Amino acid sequence: MTTLALMHDDNTANDPQRRAPLVIGPQTDETVTDSVCRVTEEVRTPRAWFVALVVSAALTAVFFGTIGYLITTGIGVLGNNRPVMWAFPIVNFVFWIGIGHAGTLISAILFLFRQQWRTAINRSAEAMTIFAVICALIFPGIHMGRIWVAYWMAPYPNQMALWPNFRSPLMWDVFAVNTYFLVSAMFWYLGMIPDLATLRDRATSRLRHSIYGLLALGWNGSARQWQVYERAYLLLAALATPLVVSVHSVVSTDFAVAQLPGWHTTIFPPYFVAGAIFSGFAMVVTLMVPARAYFGLKHLVTLRHLDNVNKIMLATSCIVAYSYAIELFIAWYSGHSHERFVHLNRAFGPYAWTYWLMVACNVLLPQLFWLKRCRTTPWIMFLIALAVNVGMWLERFVIIVVSLSRDYLPANWAMYYPTLIDVLMLLGSFGLFFTLFLLFCRYLPMVAIWEVKHVLPREEVNHGRTRA
Amino acid sequence: MDAHAHEHPNSSPPVAGLLAQFASPEALRAAAAAVRAAGWTRWDVHSPFPIHGIDRAMGLRPSPLPWLVLGAAVVGVVLALAMQLWMNGIDYPLIISGKPLLSLPTSVPIMFELGVLLAAIAAFVGAIALGGLPLYGHPVFFSSRFSRASTDGFFIFLAADDQRFEPISAQALLRSAGAVSVETLQVDEASGRVPGGLYWILATAVVLALLPPVLVTWYRTGPKSNPRIHLIQDMDFQEKYRPQSASPLFADGRATRPTVPETIPQGRLQADEHLYTGKVAEQWVTTFPMQPTAAMMERGRERYGIFCTTCHGLVGEGGVSGITSARAVKRREPNWVLPLSLHTQSVREQPVGQLFHTITHGVRTMPALGAQIPAEDRWAIVLYVRALQRSQNATLDDVPEPIRSQLRPVSP
Ligand code: HEC
Repeated sequence: MTTLALMHDDNTANDPQRRAPLVIGPQTDETVTDSVCRVTEEVRTPRAWFVALVVSAALTAVFFGTIGYLITTGIGVLGNNRPVMWAFPIVNFVFWIGIGHAGTLISAILFLFRQQWRTAINRSAEAMTIFAVICALIFPGIHMGRIWVAYWMAPYPNQMALWPNFRSPLMWDVFAVNTYFLVSAMFWYLGMIPDLATLRDRATSRLRHSIYGLLALGWNGSARQWQVYERAYLLLAALATPLVVSVHSVVSTDFAVAQLPGWHTTIFPPYFVAGAIFSGFAMVVTLMVPARAYFGLKHLVTLRHLDNVNKIMLATSCIVAYSYAIELFIAWYSGHSHERFVHLNRAFGPYAWTYWLMVACNVLLPQLFWLKRCRTTPWIMFLIALAVNVGMWLERFVIIVVSLSRDYLPANWAMYYPTLIDVLMLLGSFGLFFTLFLLFCRYLPMVAIWEVKHVLPREEVNHGRTRA
Repeated sequence: MDAHAHEHPNSSPPVAGLLAQFASPEALRAAAAAVRAAGWTRWDVHSPFPIHGIDRAMGLRPSPLPWLVLGAAVVGVVLALAMQLWMNGIDYPLIISGKPLLSLPTSVPIMFELGVLLAAIAAFVGAIALGGLPLYGHPVFFSSRFSRASTDGFFIFLAADDQRFEPISAQALLRSAGAVSVETLQVDEASGRVPGGLYWILATAVVLALLPPVLVTWYRTGPKSNPRIHLIQDMDFQEKYRPQSASPLFADGRATRPTVPETIPQGRLQADEHLYTGKVAEQWVTTFPMQPTAAMMERGRERYGIFCTTCHGLVGEGGVSGITSARAVKRREPNWVLPLSLHTQSVREQPVGQLFHTITHGVRTMPALGAQIPAEDRWAIVLYVRALQRSQNATLDDVPEPIRSQLRPVSP
C-alpha cells in the first residue's frame, strides 16, 4: 500500500499535468486510520481541548440557565416588543439553520458531483450541520412563550378537535427543519458506522470496545454490507441534495409570505440559500483551521481543501452581494414608497451601522479571497471567516429587526434593543455548539476514514474509477 | 487440524469456517472471482472500504433498496397530501386568505418534506436491515487477525455450512487464489449467541413503552362521565379575580366592586318594566312593548341567526340541528343537554314575556344572553320565534286566500 510521496507539503499548485494529491506525504490505509483514531484514543486529556470544553460547557450552562429563567418568568425577559415581535431568537434561528447548509452541501452535493476532496471534511461538516440545527431548533421553541405546548405544532388528534394550519409557512418550517435534522442525523450516523467499527476493532479497553461495538452495530465490512451500504449512502446523498436548497427556501417564506415591506419579495428563497451556504462554509473554516492543526490532521485536511472551501465562500459572497444589489434595485424599481423607505432606512436609518458592517463583512472582506495567498494562509482565512460569521448574523438582524422596527404605520415605530438575556442566549448557543463539536472531535472519528481510503492514491491502477 | 472436526463436537469445538487474508484489493477481487467460479454460496468478502467491482466478481445481485426508497417517497408524498386536505379541508374546514379549502399549492412544501423524510428513513433502515445489522456475533470476530479488516486487511471467509465445505480442499482453493494466510475458525458457542436475557429486557422495554399510548387511547375514546383530563391547564386556571373572590387591593377585601351608592351606571336605568323584564305586575306580558313591523321581524331573523341557531338550529327544532350542539354530541361531551325544540307545545303556549325572560336570563341549562343582546333586539327575536313557531304548526287558514289554490298536496 505505498503511495505517491510528495516533495513538499504544498498541494495547492495547479499543475495541469498532474492531479494534485488529496493527502500529503506517503499515506497508507494504516497511517490514515492511525492519525484519525489517535485523536480519540489518546489517554491523556489534551490540555487546550479541555480548557475549550470547560469554557463552552460553562456557556452551555448559561444557555440552559437563561432558558429556564425565560420559561419560569415569561417572554418579557427578552427585548421583543411591539412592533419588533421577532427579534434575537428568530435571528439566531435563521443564523444557525443557515450554518448547517454547508455540511449538507459538502456531504451530499459534492458527493453526487464526485468531488473527492470532500472526504476529508465531510464528517466534521456534517457534525457541524447537526449541532447547528440543534441550536436552531431551540430558538423558535423558546420564543413562543408557552414552550410547554410546543407539541401543538404536531398534527395529532386532540381534545380541541383542531388541526394545525398547513397553509402557514410557519408550519412548513416545522416540517422542513425537522426533516432536515432527521435526514442529516441519519446520513451522518450511517456514514460513521464503518469508522465506528474501526474504533471498536482498535479498542484496547473493554469499555471502549463495548461502546463503539454497540454503535457500530456489528459491522464487519462484508461485501454484502458494503453493497447495500454504498447504495443507501448514494440515495441519502440524493435525498439530502434537494434539502440544501429547500430548507432555507422554506425558512425564507416565513418572511416572504408576510406583507411587511422588506420581507415581501420573491428573491428571498435563492438569496437565503446562497447566504446559508456562505455562512456555513465560513463556519467550516472557523472550525477546521484550529481543529486540523491541533489534532494533527494537516496531512488529511490539506491547504488544498481549505483553498477549495474559500473559493466556494468567494463565489457565494458574490451571489450574496448581487442579492443585496438586486434587493435595492427592486425596491427602487417597484415604485412602492414603503418598499423604498425600508431600504433607505436600512442604509441610513438608526440601525445603519448594522447594514454597513454587514456589507463590509459579507461583500468587501471576502474579496480578499481572489488572492491565492489569502486562500491558503490559515490565519488570514480564519479571520475572514470570523468576519463572515458576524456579517451573516447581522444580515438576518437587518432583514428581521430593522424591517419590523419601522413598518407601514409611523405611529407604531419603535427601536429594538436586546436585553442581557438576549445576549447571553446568543452566546450560550455558541457554547452549546462548541461543546457538542469538541465532544465530537474527541470521541468520534473526525474524518471519514473509509472514504479517505477509498480515494487514497494507490500504486496499481486498480479499477475503472480515476484515483487521486 | 482435524478434517472432520465439525462432525464430532465432543472432541473439539466445531469449525465455523476458514478465514483467508489477502495482500491488496486487487488480489481480493481476483480471489473472490475464483471462489465464485468454484461454485461457493455461503461465503463473504471483508474489506476496510468498498472495493469497486467486487459485487460483480462475487456475483451479488443488486440490492432492492432503491425500490424500497422510491416506495417510501411515494407514500410520504401521498400521505402528506391526504393529511393536509383532510385536516384543513374536510375534518375541520379552515378558510385562510380566501384560499380554496382543498388547496394544492400550499400543500406542496410538506408533501416534498414528508416524501424526503420517509425516503431517507427507508434508505437508513433499509441499509441497516438489508446489511444484516445489528449483528451480535459472527465467526470472523473470533480471529485476532480480523481486527485489521477495518484498517487495512482484506479477507475472504468461507462458511462451514456451505455444502462444498471440506477443510483441505477449501484451504487449497484459498491458497491457490493468493491468500497470504489461512486460519480455521471455531464456533464459540458461549460468546457467539445473544444472551437470552437481552431479549427479555427488550421485550419488557417495548411493552412498557407501549403502555402510555395504549392508556391514553383507552382513556380518550368512548364516553366518560367526567370532563377529560387535559395536560395543559393554562385556560382553566388563569390569573384573574373571579366574582366574590377576595383581593388585598381594596380596603373591604372584595375583588367585586359594589356600585357607588345612590348612582345608576349609564344605560342601566331600566324604568320601563314591560320593555326590560317582560312582566307587568308580576304577570308575563302577552303583548310586545313596541308595534311589530316587517323591519323588526327582519331584525329578529338576523339576530336569531347570530345568537340562537348555533344551538337551536335555523328552524328552531333543537336537538343536533345547531352546529354547537352537533359538535358537542360528536365529541361526546358528558354534560351536554340537547337544546329544546322551540315548537314543543309548552314553549308555543308561553306568553311572549316568558320567551323574552328566557333569552334574558337563560333557563335551566341554557345560558343567559341578556348581556349580549339589547332589549329591543330580544323582543325582535321573540317576534321571529313566534313566526317560526307559526311556520311549523301552520293550518290552511294561515295561508292567504288568493294563493291557497296554488298549494299542492305532498306525500308526508
Ligand atoms: C348555548 C346554547 C343555546 C343558545 C345559544 C340558546 N339556547 Fe335556548 N336552550 C338551550 C338549551 C340547552 C335549552 C333547554 C334547557 C333545558 O331543558 O335544560 C334551551 C331552551 C330554550 C327555550 C325553552 C325554555 C323553556 O322554558 O323550556 C327557549 C324558548 C329558548 N331556548 C330560546 C332561545 C333563544 C330565543 C335563543 C337565542 C336568543 C336561545 N335559546 C339560545 C340552549 C341554547
